[in-house]
Amino acid sequence: MSASSTTPLSKGTAGGTTRRRRRGPRTWLAALPLLAFTGLCFGIPLGAIAFGAVTRTDPVSGATRLTGEHLARSLQGPYLGSLVGSVQLSALTALVGGVLGVLVAQAVVTSRSQALRGATLTASGVLANFGGVPLAFAFIATVGISGVVTQLADLTGLGWNLYSFTGLTVVYLYFLTPLMVLVIVPALDGLRPQWREAAQNNGAGGWQFWRYVGLPVLAPSLLGGFVLLFGTAFAAHATAAALVGGSVPLVTLKIADALSGNVLTGQENVALALGLDMIVIAGLVMAVYLPLQRRSARWLR
Amino acid sequence: MLSSSARRGAAVLLSAAVLTTLSACGAAPDQPAGSATADGKKTQPGAATSVADFGGLEGLVAAAEKEGTLNVIALPADWANYGEIQKAFQAKYPKIKISAENPDASSADEIAAVKSRKGQTRAPDVLDLGIAFARSGAGENLFAPYKVTAWDKIPAAQKDADARWYNDYGGYVSIGCDAARIPNCPQSFADLAKPEYKGKVALNGNPTKSGSAFGGVYAAALANKGSFGDIQPGIDFFGRLKKSGNFIPVESTPATVEKGETPISIDWDYLNAGYAEQFKGKGVDWKVAVPTDGVYAQYYSQAINKDAPHPAASRLWMEFLYGTEGQNLWLKGHARPVLLPVMTQDGTVDKDAVTKLPQIQGTPTFPASTELDKAKATLAEKWDKALS
Repeated sequence: MSASSTTPLSKGTAGGTTRRRRRGPRTWLAALPLLAFTGLCFGIPLGAIAFGAVTRTDPVSGATRLTGEHLARSLQGPYLGSLVGSVQLSALTALVGGVLGVLVAQAVVTSRSQALRGATLTASGVLANFGGVPLAFAFIATVGISGVVTQLADLTGLGWNLYSFTGLTVVYLYFLTPLMVLVIVPALDGLRPQWREAAQNNGAGGWQFWRYVGLPVLAPSLLGGFVLLFGTAFAAHATAAALVGGSVPLVTLKIADALSGNVLTGQENVALALGLDMIVIAGLVMAVYLPLQRRSARWLR
Repeated sequence: MLSSSARRGAAVLLSAAVLTTLSACGAAPDQPAGSATADGKKTQPGAATSVADFGGLEGLVAAAEKEGTLNVIALPADWANYGEIQKAFQAKYPKIKISAENPDASSADEIAAVKSRKGQTRAPDVLDLGIAFARSGAGENLFAPYKVTAWDKIPAAQKDADARWYNDYGGYVSIGCDAARIPNCPQSFADLAKPEYKGKVALNGNPTKSGSAFGGVYAAALANKGSFGDIQPGIDFFGRLKKSGNFIPVESTPATVEKGETPISIDWDYLNAGYAEQFKGKGVDWKVAVPTDGVYAQYYSQAINKDAPHPAASRLWMEFLYGTEGQNLWLKGHARPVLLPVMTQDGTVDKDAVTKLPQIQGTPTFPASTELDKAKATLAEKWDKALS
């Protein structure tokens, strides 16, 4: 707890020493490269997206004027449907993937087997980055309509269909669950055995420990994991494009159709408006997460 | 609001500067260097509207060789024989280096490259576009008018009256079918609805994005009492196929075809014919049928970037494509070149290649601009709902 001066989040609380944070102009100077980088790599594209989303350039005269029609269109009909579809899919996969990931991580942490732990973490690191068209094709070859497992186990007869909302959920879980394992294992490691012992000394059972100590301490990490999973699923594009094409409406697919297709012309600004919608949704999710994270980050230092 | 006139002014200055430098080194030797203005002097390669402006083909070749480079974009080597076409051009004009970028780019990417790299030497010189983008690009004044030598032989319905774009090659919507897996291959759209094809029918992409999938929906509309102005019956048709479980939304690619995941694939006949050749002897017996009830043909178009960094080379490329050699090379890739009818008459056509094309009755007709726009709007609005 002696390092409280370096963690600005823990001002005047648990440590007891209400030390003033020494924050002169020099610390700001050190952050300057980061701020410049952020401004350049996030600010400029964001500005371009926002500008394109609210303006229209006449192709012939070249005149640019303000308009709300792109944003309005992005919130109607099939475009709205795709936003809703994306949020549904992301929330569901993040929830299921989060729960599965925590269970796996808890099993690994409590097993105390270094070999198992190493193997699980390595596999998670690989699988969490296995996405895009290769993943889609791996699934097609395994459990697609003429996939090996589908034919061996007659999955089609059991009602299995890879090219549906359910199928897409399963594919997403394949890389979201390992991602959750990766982010939650450090947090589980941070749960000190002393806390459990203290709880037991006071007569708490396993459930009571989790209900009143474990989960509240873990809550921000869990929520952080959920947010990360949500964002990953929300932004995923290539896997879905290769698997379901247009039959599960997703906003990233809609943006791709509008920006880089051979059929629809003059949809670029609607695509930018959809991008802006996505940023707003991501912002809302972050707005829930950040204050909570701040509340209990101090326990896990 | 941006000061649009200032932007336009800058663009004009830039292109004038480019034209100036190009004409200084790019004019054919037998021509006067000409005044270095961009205001439509016929002696500038960028303003040439026919080969006569170069004093004949030799003049054009000389001017193009001086430029030394041709920037192309979105030409996949395995699509309509573009690999061989580029090699043949390179062999014929060894002094002109073809600089190819992003072979898998879409029409929208091509237009974006033209706009965003205006005035740069790495801007694309020539474009191979879907018809909708050829029309909208001409409307935005992005293309240079140029009449190739064979201009008069291109049917009026397949070219822009101002010569800013013209159709190059195309084909018919066809049904490819793996006869090794499917006992009776479907011959029409009506056949596709049969229960025996459950979980077997695919398109080559999402029709709001892929031109061939769009053609597939259009053809299905024609097969189901629709018209060029009314694509809805086609959307309904695929909605029914999805409900019955016949339609699978996976995009057919050479990989899914070879693996057998898309045993029936609706795609351009030249791509399906290409698969037949590609997978012969690999356990895939790919048969191609142009459906009898929904005949729909579509051609891609060529256009020259108005601000092409290599204006002479781009015009030479066009002359090559629309010459006998270029047209026959497309034909070799199972695509139907736009001059096929004329060449069949005058006997310059590659007869072997013609016999390999799927058989068609009658001549193709094409939707008008307004009909196409209406169909696209309907599709963008209704496709998701019909399929989900």
